[in-house]
Amino acid sequence: MKKKLVLIGNGMAGVNCIEQILKLVPNRYDITIFGSEPHPNYNRIMLSSVLAGDADMNDIVINSWDWYRENNIILHAGHTVSSIDTKRKIVSTESGIKVPYDDVIIATGSLPFMLPLPGADKKGVIAFRDIKDCETMMETAKTYKKAVVIGGGLLGLEAARGLLNLNMEVSVIHSNKILMNRQLDETAGIMLQKELQEQGMKFLLGKHTEKILGKERVTGLRFTDGSEERADLLVMAVGIKPNMAMAKKSGIEVNRGILVNDFMETNIPNVYSVGECVEHRGISYGLVAPLYEQAAVLAKRLAGLETDGYHGSVVSTKLKVSGVDVFSAGQYLDDVDTRAVRVQDEFGGVYKKVVIRGGKVVGSVLFGDISDGARLFSMIRSGEDVTGKEKEILLGSGGSAPSNADLIASMSDDEIVCGCNGVSKGAVVTAINEKGCTSVNDIKACTKASASCGGCKPLIADVLTYVLGADGVKTVKEGICGCTTLSRDEVVDGIREMRLTTSKEVMHVLNWNNPEGCSKCRPALNYYLGMVWPEEHEDERASRFVNERNHANIQKDGTYSVVPRIYGGVTTPQDLKKIAEVAVKYEVPLVKITGGQRIDLLGVKKEDLPSMWTDLDMPSGYAYGKTLRTVKTCVGSTFCRFGTQDSMAMGIEMEKRFERLSTPAKFKMAVSGCPRNCAEATIKDFGVVAIDGGWEIHVGGNGGTKVRVTDLLVKVKTEEEVLEWTGAYMQYYRETGKYNERTAEWLERVGLDTIKAALEKKEDRLALVERIELALSLTQDPWKEIVETDKLRTTFENLPIPTMN
Amino acid sequence: MKQIKIGHISEIESMRSRVISIGDLEIALFKLSNGEIKAIENKCPHKGGKLSEGIVCDHHVFCPLHDWKINLKDGQVQEPDEGCVVSFKVEADPESGDLILYVEDQAYKAS
Repeated sequence: MKKKLVLIGNGMAGVNCIEQILKLVPNRYDITIFGSEPHPNYNRIMLSSVLAGDADMNDIVINSWDWYRENNIILHAGHTVSSIDTKRKIVSTESGIKVPYDDVIIATGSLPFMLPLPGADKKGVIAFRDIKDCETMMETAKTYKKAVVIGGGLLGLEAARGLLNLNMEVSVIHSNKILMNRQLDETAGIMLQKELQEQGMKFLLGKHTEKILGKERVTGLRFTDGSEERADLLVMAVGIKPNMAMAKKSGIEVNRGILVNDFMETNIPNVYSVGECVEHRGISYGLVAPLYEQAAVLAKRLAGLETDGYHGSVVSTKLKVSGVDVFSAGQYLDDVDTRAVRVQDEFGGVYKKVVIRGGKVVGSVLFGDISDGARLFSMIRSGEDVTGKEKEILLGSGGSAPSNADLIASMSDDEIVCGCNGVSKGAVVTAINEKGCTSVNDIKACTKASASCGGCKPLIADVLTYVLGADGVKTVKEGICGCTTLSRDEVVDGIREMRLTTSKEVMHVLNWNNPEGCSKCRPALNYYLGMVWPEEHEDERASRFVNERNHANIQKDGTYSVVPRIYGGVTTPQDLKKIAEVAVKYEVPLVKITGGQRIDLLGVKKEDLPSMWTDLDMPSGYAYGKTLRTVKTCVGSTFCRFGTQDSMAMGIEMEKRFERLSTPAKFKMAVSGCPRNCAEATIKDFGVVAIDGGWEIHVGGNGGTKVRVTDLLVKVKTEEEVLEWTGAYMQYYRETGKYNERTAEWLERVGLDTIKAALEKKEDRLALVERIELALSLTQDPWKEIVETDKLRTTFENLPIPTMN
Repeated sequence: MKQIKIGHISEIESMRSRVISIGDLEIALFKLSNGEIKAIENKCPHKGGKLSEGIVCDHHVFCPLHDWKINLKDGQVQEPDEGCVVSFKVEADPESGDLILYVEDQAYKAS
């Protein structure tokens, strides 16, 4: 008999908690959800994008109606819960629905705080909180001209920007002299004000509203100093308050919010609460990240898993107003016991401030350039000691490359600057002059220059500087793709901290520009999610490149190549015979020995793949994937008169142990039986060279586009040690590498010393090995899986040709 | 214009594609995440890549060979590349879920 779980509140925090419960214990609960709004769960943070016209209502839905159906969740949308009978364990709505529960979660969120002003009930006075408010604004903008927003905080400014986009005149009233005074200091507040004034916003600061004017509909407002402002629409965005009336009425302990302990439990057994309605250790949060952290704790609690509980969050804020970058985190105001490092450039519109107390970063405000935000935020959270390095925090980074204007000037127009895509200097100059490109990213979007290998980016930047001058070039922070400005580390941190387990979730929570991403970020997110949550994340086939989806290499004519696994390059006459027979049966046009010591069958039709795999009955060689390819070996001591160790056995063991695992990019290994190194181990991602009485481990080599010889990582004595270092090294690369970054680039980026330090202690290596073994234990041979699963197998077949009549 | 019943909506997975051959013509049918079905010729105007094998994002597909981005609603190649793929009208019967493809008579005769 399943237990009954009721969620009151169909919003981001509550539904996120349900999603996590479903992942942890899919069959424990029958779930019922109540929501006051007649919509499925949507991303409230994106409402400002809807207003700004960047997204439409459908784009911001996180869980579609189908999701509720597929998970057998009963959803009562448009029904407001009026009370919980905590003795008889029944939830009742205003509309008369009664549902019994074993556990109930209150996630009623918050209500906009409406100032109790005379006239606040007039038509045209609204809040900015839900889809309905957005619709009212859009409707009003069609017939009215003048909008006033009360509240110069985050929410108010986002509303004001949206109203500007709807072509209304907008005045913002703020009781403080400084905009966003809850997040910004005076300097940043004034810079923000100037920027927004340039965008057309009007500000009335230090004003207190006395009365709302008008008969039936609002016509204006009067301030305590006697002055007045005309208004056809009045948006109150002064703040939010936890929505706790129902909980209070039902006898649940509340203060400013619903009181919970570290496990999100209220004072009444089986009644839990998460989200904006909660007060935890005296704090109520209004940002999504802490709410997801709370949801994660509660999900574990209800799933019966161990959890340390929720200990509160340090929050950071980014303002989502076009053209303005603002970041704020922690304690941003100066105090008697704090000191700060400040950088201020009023001409460039950049201000950075880091607040330090007792040698630790406790807060920061950034304006204009927020690229240091994620790094500072992690310093605040980690509490690392920065004594003696205070200035480097801000001044150490940055510094632009010297201009190469002369070099660019001397180039002819038809000279190619991007070799991958054949883009000439002239084409880049034209894009700058005629299409208004001002950044490397713009150039990439317009001409494809730097879109492939990216090696020409510095050159493109020089062309920009040459044409526009140093002041005309925008240095835009580059994200992992055009869909986001977040870096690899920021994305992976987000996945870890907020327990995101699907790419859809990542794109919603981290505010992707494109609702379903692009061909760059989708495979990357799929990799990161699988790496962080090997058990929880379900591999998304629709996000895999064709080769990894079809488990074969697509060729230029649309046929595929098939490479079965030949461990360590050691085969048998029986296997060779089998491969030959399959090649004959399927009329394979080309059979080739590969550089990785195995056999490639080229020119196979897609629909023949599954039956060919059945006939071969050998594991996939993964010659197509971002994973371990081959372990190349020499003969070694078995036959060779120079061999010092059994390199074949070592290579076969390594290949068997680490095959099938996803890595950021392809991963090649080799084992040589003596320092003559016939297996060419010193140009592999991971190369092992036998020496008398032990093994050398070499890393970060590459024999491809840019040849790089390995660095020596360590010398070890036994086979077990070789395997331990292999596992630890691979896992460290998996956890820190960027998607599509080979170990050679990765090693140069993070530094050999960092890698050595990470792997130096045995306990660290064993922890890495434990994590890689967990991930390995979840893999299976993909060819076999496809052959044995009808649903997967049919994707290899065309739809039947219709019979004509 | 011919109407051809070509299968059932459930035969295509979300954000994936299936292919149907009519004579020499190969058509890729895509199911978008919102359940809509789109049909375009299975051939990228660049180097003839099989668009059915591309990654589907919203109502676009990225060609698996060189990452050209193509609008599935009208077959238009997106900037900075240029060109157009032939698109076909396709409808799912709201009751039965059967897919109906609309093709010119000539294409149909070629089979």
